[in-house]
Amino acid sequence: MRYEAPSTLENAVALLAGESGSAHVLAGGTDLLVGMKSGFTEPDLIVDIKRIDGMHTVTQEDGGWRIGAAVPGIQLGEHDGVKADWPGVVEALELIGSTQIQGRATMAGNLCNASPAADSVPAMVAADATVRIAGPNGSRDIPVIEVATGPGQTSLAKGEIVESIFLPARPVRSGDAYLRFIPRTEMDIAVVGCGVSLTLDEGGTCTAACVALGAVAATVLLVEDAARVLIGTAVDDAALDALAAACSAAAKPIDDKRGTVAFRKKVSGVLARRAAKIALERAKG
Amino acid sequence: MSQIHVSTTINGDATEFLCEPDETLLDALRDRLGLTGSKEGCGTGDCGACSVTVNGRLVCSCLMLAAEAEDAEVTTIEGMAEGEALHPLQRKFIEHAALQCGICTPGILVAAKALLEQNPAPTETEARYWLAGNLCRCTGYDKIIRAVMDAAAEMRGEMRRAS
Ligand SMILES: Cc1cc2nc3c(=O)[nH]c(=O)nc-3n(C[C@H](O)[C@H](O)[C@H](O)COP(=O)(O)OP(=O)(O)OC[C@H]3O[C@@H](n4cnc5c(N)ncnc54)[C@H](O)[C@@H]3O)c2cc1C
Ligand code: FES
Ligand code: FES
Repeated sequence: MRYEAPSTLENAVALLAGESGSAHVLAGGTDLLVGMKSGFTEPDLIVDIKRIDGMHTVTQEDGGWRIGAAVPGIQLGEHDGVKADWPGVVEALELIGSTQIQGRATMAGNLCNASPAADSVPAMVAADATVRIAGPNGSRDIPVIEVATGPGQTSLAKGEIVESIFLPARPVRSGDAYLRFIPRTEMDIAVVGCGVSLTLDEGGTCTAACVALGAVAATVLLVEDAARVLIGTAVDDAALDALAAACSAAAKPIDDKRGTVAFRKKVSGVLARRAAKIALERAKG
Repeated sequence: MSQIHVSTTINGDATEFLCEPDETLLDALRDRLGLTGSKEGCGTGDCGACSVTVNGRLVCSCLMLAAEAEDAEVTTIEGMAEGEALHPLQRKFIEHAALQCGICTPGILVAAKALLEQNPAPTETEARYWLAGNLCRCTGYDKIIRAVMDAAAEMRGEMRRAS
């Protein structure tokens, strides 16, 4: 195995594109090194992106935030601007692992690892976030939901690197939230996760909503039916009942030791309702 | 595999070593540099026995490649006492009998020190959450938390409350 830590994105892309064996980007390593330890991942080349300029910065852009791919959870948690605009996204990222894991784990790594239970992904999808991807043919922007295509699978082509994640400008009277269910309070993998983002008009009627579920399908689900039942309502009890029903119906979980299909479907609705209530309070300011 | 030459700073001392590309920082500390205070409980980020700080951030050294330490400032449990003088956390761990087998202790001390550096007056809940990634199979955690809270009070210059 070779280890490279290039100082430019162009070199990183060229290294990955030029490797004939298995090549992996290294961000925080909290998934990659676990995979190597277990023998599940056997890289021929590791390209550490943490020495590339700009990978560690969070910058304002068009009223939103561009977050470098190497920004760890603890750094985003210290960023008052991002926390004020997208508290749900920051809270989702902060749920990942322990203090030690937070010192290293990145949102881009959480996304590219493509676990169906990745905590920050439903929150980013609800926030309508996009990713900027650098590759041998230049750079492209795609919605977060299009990155993971299945457990451990992404749409990234050979040589492509997520360079940054963009959280758009937060519309006025908007709020977001992410909640997950785990059997304990810390250090566990989501049995269900749910991100909600919504916008109100001056009268308190919901004008836009986005709801995403994690850990209940092979990839994170964007639940359009759930958004539809919130729009045009005051997000009252009847609307929340409809939201919960839409989420339970949309969930397509598997049975495993962490939860049955029936339990996960029910919890999808429960979490959506609770997350929507938090998002609503935040939207009201 | 050709070895990688790494120049780094460990506990304030400029240090150089050679390592394999896929070698973890934990293995380099223990097997190449003789710094065996950091322990391997799991090797997968779950137990915190390998906790060190890198550029001021608390991390698991089992989940970091040794090569990544190039130009970094690393601190380990070996850098905690000043000569013979124990750090207040170390003294309080002894006073409160906050260890039994001791395997988790170096990692917990490093993690607790990192906590008190950024939050000198944590609540008990904050201390428990901060240390959630440090497993102890012996003590039941209570004595550890007492020791951390007591050390924090002493470091803030407050009178020690009778426990
Ligand atoms: C103890 C422990 C607890 C955990 N708890 C949680 C949890 O509660 N919730 C959760 O969701 N996850 C959890 N995780 C998993 C992991 O910490 C997260 O998925 C984390 O966000 C991964 O980020 P990273 O920067 O460490 O990724 P890395 O390990 O560096 O990379 C992960 C994968 O993505 C690829 N990659 C990384 N960055 C890029 C990029 N910029 N472009 C292209 N590909 C890239 C890598 O090649 C690799 O395949 C836990 C892990 C551990 C060890
Ligand atoms: S040995 Fe590193 S966390 Fe357990
Ligand atoms: S004292 Fe034995 S594991 Fe903590």
